[in-house]
Amino acid sequence: MHPAEFRNPDQEIQRFQRRLAVAAGFVLFAFALLFSRFFWLQVIQHEYYQTRAEENRISLVPITPNRGLIVDRNGVVLARNYSAYTLEIMPDKAGDIEKVINELAGVIEILPKDRKRFKRLMEESKNFESLPIRTRLTDDEVARFIAQRYRFPGVEIKARLFRQYPFGELASHAIGYIGRVNDKDIEAIEKKDVADNYRGTDHFGKTGLEHKYEFDLHGQTGFEQVEVDSAGRAMRVLASNPPIPGDNLVLTLDSKLQEVAEKAFGERRGALVAIDPSNGGVLALVSMPGFDPNLFVDGISPQDWDALRTDEKPMVNRALSGTYPPGSTYKPFMALAALELGKRTPSQTISDPGYFNFGGHHFRDDKKGGHGIVDMYKSIVASCDTYYYLLANDLGVDNIARFMAPFGFGSRTGIDIEGESEGVLPSQEWKKKRFRKADQQKWYAGETISIGIGQGYNTYTPIQLAQAMAALANNGVMYRPHIVKYIENIRTGERRMIEPHPLRTIPLKPENIAVIKQAMVGVNTEGTGARAFAGAEYVSGGKTGTSQVYSLKGATYEVAKVKEHLRDHALFIAFAPADNPKIALAVLVENGGFGAQSAAPIARQVLDYYLLGKRPKEPAKEDAAAEVQEGD
Amino acid sequence: MLLRRFKKVIRDLWRRLVTPLDPPLMLILGLLVAYAFLVLFSASVDRLQNQVINLTVALIAMRFVAQVSPQRLMHFALPLYVGGVLLLIGVALFGDVSKGARRWLDLGVTRIQPSEIMKIAMPLMLAWYFQKHEAALRWKEFVVSALLLFIPVALIAKQPDLGTALLVLAVGFYVIFLAGISWKILTFLAVSGLGSMPLLWTMLHDYQRNRVLTLLDPEKDPLGKGFHIIQSTIAVGSGGIFGKGWGNGTQTHLEFLPERHTDFIFAVLSEEFGLFGNLILLVLYALLIGRGLMIAGNAPTLFSRLMAGSITLIFFTYAFVNMGMVSGILPVVGVPLPFMSYGGTALVTLFIGVGILMSIHKHRMLVQK
Repeated sequence: MHPAEFRNPDQEIQRFQRRLAVAAGFVLFAFALLFSRFFWLQVIQHEYYQTRAEENRISLVPITPNRGLIVDRNGVVLARNYSAYTLEIMPDKAGDIEKVINELAGVIEILPKDRKRFKRLMEESKNFESLPIRTRLTDDEVARFIAQRYRFPGVEIKARLFRQYPFGELASHAIGYIGRVNDKDIEAIEKKDVADNYRGTDHFGKTGLEHKYEFDLHGQTGFEQVEVDSAGRAMRVLASNPPIPGDNLVLTLDSKLQEVAEKAFGERRGALVAIDPSNGGVLALVSMPGFDPNLFVDGISPQDWDALRTDEKPMVNRALSGTYPPGSTYKPFMALAALELGKRTPSQTISDPGYFNFGGHHFRDDKKGGHGIVDMYKSIVASCDTYYYLLANDLGVDNIARFMAPFGFGSRTGIDIEGESEGVLPSQEWKKKRFRKADQQKWYAGETISIGIGQGYNTYTPIQLAQAMAALANNGVMYRPHIVKYIENIRTGERRMIEPHPLRTIPLKPENIAVIKQAMVGVNTEGTGARAFAGAEYVSGGKTGTSQVYSLKGATYEVAKVKEHLRDHALFIAFAPADNPKIALAVLVENGGFGAQSAAPIARQVLDYYLLGKRPKEPAKEDAAAEVQEGD
Repeated sequence: MLLRRFKKVIRDLWRRLVTPLDPPLMLILGLLVAYAFLVLFSASVDRLQNQVINLTVALIAMRFVAQVSPQRLMHFALPLYVGGVLLLIGVALFGDVSKGARRWLDLGVTRIQPSEIMKIAMPLMLAWYFQKHEAALRWKEFVVSALLLFIPVALIAKQPDLGTALLVLAVGFYVIFLAGISWKILTFLAVSGLGSMPLLWTMLHDYQRNRVLTLLDPEKDPLGKGFHIIQSTIAVGSGGIFGKGWGNGTQTHLEFLPERHTDFIFAVLSEEFGLFGNLILLVLYALLIGRGLMIAGNAPTLFSRLMAGSITLIFFTYAFVNMGMVSGILPVVGVPLPFMSYGGTALVTLFIGVGILMSIHKHRMLVQK
């Protein structure tokens, strides 16, 4: 076709008009489409959108409840709330944050650490929440900001409740701390299906009791029905439903005893767990060094955090998660096993030459030349190793494991704080599971021998030791250790008791128990604990222990030559009063050397306070003389 | 005596000022603008005064363009187009970045948005080009016109300003369509256009993809990207048949509606006047488009036919895209509701378009004779 040559203007106009008609048809079609969309939304779906528009006007604004208090057995408040003003920035409304903070600094003091913490919070929070740049404003600072408020859109002063731990480091590992809600916490909240109750909550228990009892402490969030605009600004309150404060935790813990125990450690690292044997209530739970939980509440500053990440590991709860060979504190339990399983009688003796020869290998005793003639009483009081090398060999590893398991060795106690380690209760089966290669999986009889004196594969946590001590003190009736005595609803006064949870009663013959207890009393009157307990006004039972950090392979152990962190861990277990035990405890001093040297004096101070109310004037002294005293 | 002279002056003024303005168009526009002010009064009363000023400027621009004959208008085509493309290249090289997009060119005195110029320059250029080659419109002319179209569209799309790019593409397409491109080629273009969708998708920016995804499922992110669509849909739906009444829109007055005086003003209208109010607006637009197409159909030259047709259809496109976006059937793009939304630039551009229509209508006899 060559339109150029046979141009027909009329035909061209006709064609154009046809195109216009097509376009007009398309326009009508498009408008019909729009109209049907409007009809769908405004007639058919009208009711649905009507409701949504109504709901839009009324928003439920959460009112965060007061968090429950944590109170010790005597009513001493260990965690409380206080109201304070914070200066908060809403990052999505404030514009150039850096500039806003610089300008704010001209009105209110903002330290570099405040800036750093704010930056950290900004990185961690993804929502449109407001974040504190300064907390705990003074009245003067509040007044100064209010006068200049017009300059700072998106910056507000808010009255918020803060968690406060009035005693700082005291019992920090038991109480734990709260911090700002993170992804992991949200997961926990959703799993528990309480997301609605956490609207408006920006703190969550991170460790310790604060974590374990988070959902009891939190309380019921209240709501205000507020007419709001899309920016979330409240225009008018229509109705309100007040929040219900969280429940209080009342502990079995005695904060005074806790304080005495912590002070007794001085600068030393370690752990102490004291339990009421009659019900499993934890009286003191010490892990040294501690930390100040107050640092975490508004988000810890990077400097403070770095300061907590030292070799001393103050954030590690040694009482629950540290595992250590029990050393000679294992001997009373071994002796009890021998009696119960009929392998020894109390009066049966051995002759100790100072070593035990097994397959050409000399297992040495601490005392050169040996202890001579040793019966069961002497084996505990003087802590004779050779007696237990022989005994272990006679019992065999699986019999030992079967006897020890009911005492809780090698399994979590189930205390109401998270972070417990399991430890290792060795047996042939355990070794098979633990190792892959066939030659490693085999249990060698020689490995059983060091288990007799609490060395070798077995490692337990201090709380396991304390629990076993309590079980022994309570004649085999075992309770699960717990720190919370009851949960108190402060409005109704209703108390939910944490009932003593009887785990089991280990079937032990009373006469056998009596033999062991008597020997442990002997430890503190004429044995390895005698120096630490000289002049005590009560009868107590105990056992020293030393847990080897470093095998010296036949060389003589000389304290001065061994680096501090390679020194042995000192242990001590005790119960008192001997005839009717009110307290059972386990002490561990990391790299403390012999048990008698540093662990026993700590136990003495704790027992003195708990039974007699004696407050020590200074930390427990290391007993230098105990170093030369052999047989531990 | 004095009264009679005064009357004569008034009559003179009327004839000189108003006669070139097409009365039907003026009537429709008058109703639209009155409607717009009614809605704006509810949406944002503070901006009323400014919009009166904008309207005055736009009317003056319209009146000025209306008296320029299509023949003189053709002279502007090439310089405006070339200038526009050069400015777009300038933007690409030296433009200011604002909200992640490079759209503005700072001339020292003022900042301009060259893509806005292309909305008028594009139909002018193509209509001029077709007029020039009226004698022989073959495939070669259509290829050239396609190139003329795609260069600025690509430059605008790269800024990135997908909304404006699509509008410029649409107006160019209307010119080419009305010029008589064969249906075969159109079908081919449509098919290959659909075929290249996946490729286009990979070329889009994240925020552009998000807008499309948000359209598909706005509830997925109700406080973020889906917020605008959800809130405007609620506004429209809750309006019902007769609306909540003037000034009673809760979505509007509780500030749930974003940009309620500009791109989302239709949601205000819809909420307060309901389906009935929407129908009035659709009818007014249909009348405006009908009148425009009628002017196009009666226009004497190819240039004026193409200009009138494409301008009219671009009014339609603005209206359709905006209402489609607010009611949730099209993605969120920055297209104002023609003659209704608050804002000077768009209003002036639109009234210049009307001015061109009026000029074409007024000069329909002059050329034929």
